[in-house]
Amino acid sequence: MGQTISLQTVSPDDAPSPAAAVLPAPAADVLGVVVSHVWLNDEYRHLVLEAPEPAPLARAGQFFNLECPHTAEDKPYLRRPMSLYRADPANGIVEFLYKVTGVGTRGLASIKVGRTMRLLGPLGVGFSIDPAARSIVVLGRGVGLATLAPLAELAASRGVAVTAILSARTPATVMSVDRFAAIGARIEIVLDSDGSSDPANVERILRACAAEGRADAFYTCGSNRLMLLMQRLGRELSIPGEVALEQQMACGLGMCFCCVRNFSVGGDIEARRVCSEGPVFRLDEAMPW
Amino acid sequence: MVDARTDSHVPALGGGGDAAAVDSRVRIGDLVLRNPVMPASGTFAEGLAPVVPFERLGALVTKTVTPELRGGNPTPRVCEVGQGMLNSIGIPSKGLDYFVAHTVPFYRQFSTPLVASISAPSADAFAAGVEKLAVPGVAVIEANISCPNIEEDGKAFAMDPRPTAQVVARMRRATTLPLWVKLSPNTGDIASVARAAADAGADALVVGNTILAMSIDIETFRPRLGNVMGGLSGPGLKPILVRMTYQCARAVSIPIIGCGGIATAADAIEYMLAGASAVQVGTATFVRPTAMLSVIDGLAAFCARKGIARVADLTGALHDTDMKVEAHDHDHDHMSEAVS
Ligand SMILES: Cc1cc2nc3c(=O)[nH]c(=O)nc-3n(C[C@H](O)[C@H](O)[C@H](O)COP(=O)(O)OP(=O)(O)OC[C@H]3O[C@@H](n4cnc5c(N)ncnc54)[C@H](O)[C@@H]3O)c2cc1C
Ligand SMILES: Cc1cc2nc3c(=O)[nH]c(=O)nc-3n(C[C@H](O)[C@H](O)[C@H](O)COP(=O)(O)O)c2cc1C
Ligand code: FES
Repeated sequence: MGQTISLQTVSPDDAPSPAAAVLPAPAADVLGVVVSHVWLNDEYRHLVLEAPEPAPLARAGQFFNLECPHTAEDKPYLRRPMSLYRADPANGIVEFLYKVTGVGTRGLASIKVGRTMRLLGPLGVGFSIDPAARSIVVLGRGVGLATLAPLAELAASRGVAVTAILSARTPATVMSVDRFAAIGARIEIVLDSDGSSDPANVERILRACAAEGRADAFYTCGSNRLMLLMQRLGRELSIPGEVALEQQMACGLGMCFCCVRNFSVGGDIEARRVCSEGPVFRLDEAMPW
Repeated sequence: MVDARTDSHVPALGGGGDAAAVDSRVRIGDLVLRNPVMPASGTFAEGLAPVVPFERLGALVTKTVTPELRGGNPTPRVCEVGQGMLNSIGIPSKGLDYFVAHTVPFYRQFSTPLVASISAPSADAFAAGVEKLAVPGVAVIEANISCPNIEEDGKAFAMDPRPTAQVVARMRRATTLPLWVKLSPNTGDIASVARAAADAGADALVVGNTILAMSIDIETFRPRLGNVMGGLSGPGLKPILVRMTYQCARAVSIPIIGCGGIATAADAIEYMLAGASAVQVGTATFVRPTAMLSVIDGLAAFCARKGIARVADLTGALHDTDMKVEAHDHDHDHMSEAVS
C-alpha cells in the first residue's frame, strides 16, 4: 500500500483526537422505546427514543449504531450509524434525524411509536469547542445539518455566538432551521434551487464572517465540496476547524477496521477509524472521498 | 416479522433445572477455560470492554497481528450479503513490537486467558513472530494460516496439507506456548489439512475462517468490495463449518474450536455436538455486541434443562453411530455421489 498507517488499538492517550478533552460516556447497548417518529419531508425522518443511560448522555458529534428493523422487503443485517440529533439527559431522550436511502434506513423508517429498538452508544469522539472561542461558524448540507444542530446548542450554552450556513437542494430540505434560530444563531440559508449554494457564494459568506470577526472556528458536515472549501479558507485565514465524517461501519467500536479513511498528517497519509478516532476530526487533516 | 438477528425467535433453551449448577468449564489441552465462549479474531478488541465484561468470557482473542507494519485493503472493506457479510479488511497491523508493548499489557488487567492471533508471509516469519509472543500475558498463540485475502488471489498455507505441516512444524519448534492453528474452509480436503496441523504439533484447531466470496453491485456493475473478493462470515457460514468441524473432529484427537456464524447458544451447541470443545463468536458481535454473553448463559440453561452436568459433555455427543458417515470424510467422493 505504500502508506504510513496509524491504528489506535490501545490506550486513548496516544490517539490524535482533536477533542481529547471531551471524555465520552462509555457505550452500552440499550433498548430504546420509540416515542415519536415523523416524516419531515419526502426523505427525512425524525426519530425520538426514550432510552436508559448512557444513551442520553451523548455529546454533539457522537453517534449510535442502530439495529434497524426488518420488513417484508428489507432485511438489514448490520447496524447503521446515526449521529446524535438531540440528547435530553433529564428526560432520558435521544433523537435522530435521518434520510431514507437504502435497506437499513427503509427498515428504520418502518418502526412504529411504542416499539423498542436496540441502540449502541454513545460512540466516537464528538465536537470540541476551544474555551477561548467567542464565535463559531457551522456549515452543513442536507442531513449533515442534523449533526451540527447539537453543536450549535452546545456553543450557545457556553455563550459562544453561532453563524449557521445551511445548505440544501430546496427550501423543503433545509433541516433544523428552528433549532439554530432558537439559540439565536445568525442563519444563512443557501439553496441549489436559486443557485445560492454555489461554492463561490458560500465562500463569500465565509469570508464575510471571518472579516467581521465571527469565525474563531469552523465546523462542517455533510458535503465533500463544502468541506474542501472550508478547509482551504481555514488554512488561508488560520481558522481552526473540525469536520464530522462518514464511512461505512460494522462494529462501531474500533474493532473491525472497516471504517478507515485517509488523513493528511504532516505530509504523511494516515488511515484512521472513523468510528473510534472520529467521527469528528481536525478539518485541516481531513481528506475528501 | 421474524428477525433472524435477535435471539427472540430462538426457542427458549432453558426452562428447567438449575443453570447455576451446570459446570461451564472446558479444557483445551492444558488450559482450562471458565466457559467455551470466546471472540473470533478480528471481531473483538479493547473497544468492547465497556459493553461486555471480559472477565465473563472463556478467552480473549486479538485481531491478527503481523510481524511487519501493514496498511490493509482499500475501502469499501465490508458489505452485507443477505444475513451475513463479506469483509476484505486485510490485516492492517502496527506490527508485533507495538502489539507486545501496548496491546498485551492492556489485556493483563483481565484474568481471562489471552489468545494472540498471528499471521506472517512465510514459515520462517511465522516462527520468528511466535518467538516474540513469548511474553507475560500471552496464554495461547493462534496461528492464522487461513486468512483468505492476505496472499495473492486468496492463496493461503491452510489450503493444502503440505504447507500447513511445514508452517506448523516451524512454529512448534519456536514456542512452548499452546499453539492453536486456525484452518480455512477454502480447501477441498479439510480433514487432511487438520491431520497435517495436528501431526505437526498443533495443540488445537480453530475451524475456521471465512469463505472466499464476492458480491457485485448490479447498478454500477462494480464489485462491492474495494478488494474485489473477501471473506463471507455470519449465519450463512454455519452449516458449512459445522460440517467441517465434524470432519476435523473425526480426523484428529486434539480439541477443536468451532467458529462460523455463531450468534446464539443453539448455534454453539450444534458445533459442540459436531465435536467442538469451545466456540468463537465473530460477526454476531457486530449485530448484537452482547451476543457472547447470551451464548454463555444459553449454554448453561440448555444443559440444565437437558440434565447435562457439564457443558463439556456436549462435545461430540452427536448421535450418529447408526448413520453411514465414512464417505463424508472424502469430500470429492461425497460430492460426486451427491450430484450424480
Ligand atoms: C458517524 C455517522 C453518522 C451518521 N449520521 C447520520 C445521520 O444523522 N443522518 C443520516 O441520515 N445519515 C447519517 N449517516 C449515514 C447513514 O449511516 C447511512 O445513510 C446509512 O447507513 C445508509 O444505510 P442504508 O442501508 O439505508 O443505505 P444503503 O445505501 O443501502 O447502505 C448500504 C451500506 O452502505 C452503508 N452506507 C451507505 N451510506 C453511508 C454513509 N453515508 N455513511 C456510512 N455508511 C453508509 C450502510 O451502512 C450499509 O452498510 C451517518 C454515518 C456515519 C458514519
Ligand atoms: C471484519 C472481520 C475481520 C476479521 N479479521 C480476522 C483476522 O484478523 N484474523 C482471523 O484469523 N480471522 C479474522 N476474521 C474471521 C473471523 O475470526 C471468523 O473466523 C469468521 O468471521 C467466521 O466467524 P463468524 O461467522 O462468527 O464471524 C475476521 C472476520 C471479520 C468479519
Ligand atoms: S466500524 Fe468497526 S472499526 Fe470502525
